[in-house]
Amino acid sequence: MPKVTTLAASGNQMVGEAFRQAEPDVIAAYPITPQTAIVESYAKFVADGRVHTEFVTVESEHSSMSACIGASAAGARVATATSSQGLAYMWEVLHIAAGMRLPIVMANANRAIAAPINIHCDHSDVMGARDTGWVIFFAETAQEAYDNTVISFRVAEHPDVLLPVMTTLDGFITTHAMERCELLDDETVKAFIGEYKPKHSLLDLENPVGHGMFANLGGAYMQAKLAERRALDNAAPIIKSLGDEWAAICGRSFDMIDCWGMEDAEYAIVILGSAAGNARHVARELRAQGVKAGVVRVRVFRPFPYAELAEALSGVKAVAVLDRSDSFGAQAAPLALEVYTALFDAPVRPAIRNYVYGLGGADVTLEILHQVYDDLDKLAAGEANPGLVYLGIQ
Amino acid sequence: MATIKELAATPDRLCSGHRLCGGCGASIAVRQVLMGAGDSDVVVTSATGCLEVSTTCYPYSSWSTSFVHNAFANAAATCSGVEAAYKGLKAAGKIPADKEIKFVAFGGDGGTYDIGLQSLSGAMERGHNMVYVCYDNGAYMNTGIQRSSATPKGAWATTSEVGEVLQGKTQKRKDLVSIIAAHGIPYAAQASVGNWKDLVAKAEKAFNVDGPAFLDVLAPCPRGWRIEGDQTVEIARLATNTKFWPLFEVENGKWSMTPVKEKDLLPVSEFLKAQGRFKHLFKPGNEALLEEIQADVDAYYEYLVRRCAETV
Ligand SMILES: Cc1ncc(C[n+]2csc(CCOP(=O)(O)OP(=O)(O)O)c2C)c(N)n1
Ligand code: SF4
Ligand SMILES: [Mg+2]
Repeated sequence: MPKVTTLAASGNQMVGEAFRQAEPDVIAAYPITPQTAIVESYAKFVADGRVHTEFVTVESEHSSMSACIGASAAGARVATATSSQGLAYMWEVLHIAAGMRLPIVMANANRAIAAPINIHCDHSDVMGARDTGWVIFFAETAQEAYDNTVISFRVAEHPDVLLPVMTTLDGFITTHAMERCELLDDETVKAFIGEYKPKHSLLDLENPVGHGMFANLGGAYMQAKLAERRALDNAAPIIKSLGDEWAAICGRSFDMIDCWGMEDAEYAIVILGSAAGNARHVARELRAQGVKAGVVRVRVFRPFPYAELAEALSGVKAVAVLDRSDSFGAQAAPLALEVYTALFDAPVRPAIRNYVYGLGGADVTLEILHQVYDDLDKLAAGEANPGLVYLGIQ
Repeated sequence: MATIKELAATPDRLCSGHRLCGGCGASIAVRQVLMGAGDSDVVVTSATGCLEVSTTCYPYSSWSTSFVHNAFANAAATCSGVEAAYKGLKAAGKIPADKEIKFVAFGGDGGTYDIGLQSLSGAMERGHNMVYVCYDNGAYMNTGIQRSSATPKGAWATTSEVGEVLQGKTQKRKDLVSIIAAHGIPYAAQASVGNWKDLVAKAEKAFNVDGPAFLDVLAPCPRGWRIEGDQTVEIARLATNTKFWPLFEVENGKWSMTPVKEKDLLPVSEFLKAQGRFKHLFKPGNEALLEEIQADVDAYYEYLVRRCAETV
């Protein structure tokens, strides 16, 4: 049986603990609010000699991801953390990490992107990276940020995946708020994560390798991209089975989506991250009044769980997709685009409305979530769909 | 330093059959630098540029040792990550404590003086045990000869054109070796493919110091300099003998220069005249510009003489 320590901790602290237990050979990172506490806590582990990690204090995020790529190509277990402008600054090398099939684990504290500059939570940073080939997890709580981070190393380093994994948690709301958390003992977690055995290390000079070659014409580029797509597809069943394995150890379930009240829901909210708690609270209040409300929280954004979502939403009359970012110029915001895709082949499609909420840390109050369910009632009754709505502002 | 016989016996880490142009200075620079590593194991990092695209055409590779290319701006950061992995894996007991590996990064002048300068500065400041080598051909050659901050004053390039009002690049070359030396690293030097003995000796020193080392190696590009492929070494020598490219080093803060022999000394115009990229400078009306270039060259040489004298 694992030894469990119950503690009051922030999401950043819990990610730091998961990193410590995974004990990467290299961490290269750069400070940015609200992620910084992760690397600060790690710097202390290094200073106290609790880990063997080579801690590389780079001069920018472009260099942190670049150094992670070099280290991972050299066969090291590698992790980093960033947020917002930092993630955007890495954009070029995010693609390269995935294209070179390097199992780097990165925590992202989800934060708005300038301009205007804003340090609070939304998902614009992650959505800017959604097509870079990374596996992407969204945590709701500090506990889940820990669980996701632990699992991330296994997913990334799985021989049928070998892709970088972004384990994300909402800026301030999850990174900074103290919650009741359970920390498993090091031995159990280390045994779960296991040892990383790289296949193509630069440092194995008996078997020299070339990483990042020039595949200009002749189809090799497209072959590599197809292999990348398949690897990300492969990740889905692997995430599920690792989730089951982890659940058997810690007792917390881990699925691609997390459903509340969906067995018989007529009105559903689909959402990512920390605001799901408020959505469930409102759904519970509505249930008390006889309204069949439900909530689907998407935990894995890449690979996206289309089939799971379609199944969860079958039988629902109306769906509100709540997006904490926008895709300017598109008819819907990023999560809604996925939901539309998931439901396109459904025999009966529910009415769907897309809301953009909480940008730059704007409050997600119970009132505005009640407003959403009220709208769904009208939508199901055939009232015209006004298209995408920005929630809580005029 | 190793004898020429010993050097000839060092492993061919960059093999023939690559697709650099005939006479390209980049491959000469790389091969001579790698001779400085002797028989040691070496992991090579390269920035995007002519060297990278011409030696790694998938499914082929001209590298017989491990090689990594990441992007244009980040060769130094990438190499620093490889070196950090080596340390981290040693600390984890996954690499034997006595296993020695050398780390070297190559970048063109664009990838070093310009877009990669921050990454390079960071890696040098952090003190990684690595050698960074700029193969300096004074322009973005791979994308078609655009000016960089290493392009000499007066040179034609496709983004420093020659026309009715402009006569090539208006600014001087950035003094990168001084900038890197100012990081206080154990070794920084300027060398040239025109003087193999000096270059290999400097590379040996660079590989043997404990900590970061930097080499800026003049590596003429026949295509961009508008010279013939068999003139590469000759013109690189002219660069040094006209004081355009002094050979110097900064070893633990001590500056020293290989002086040009009095009998070899020539005016800078001899270096310029030999290349198509400077031909407009010899048209009537550009006399003052030529004088200005000579004055710049003399001033930089005097600056180096001063630094050498100051740090005896
Ligand atoms: C971020 C980024 N910007 C621009 C380019 C395009 N690019 C590729 S190689 C190159 C020039 C390389 O010049 P240099 O570093 O001097 O090497 P050379 O080609 O002269 O050997 C440029 C501009 C790129 N690959 N990446
Ligand atoms: S263009 Fe110049 S630098 Fe590039 S391969 Fe040809 S000679 Fe070498
Ligand atoms: Mg160049």
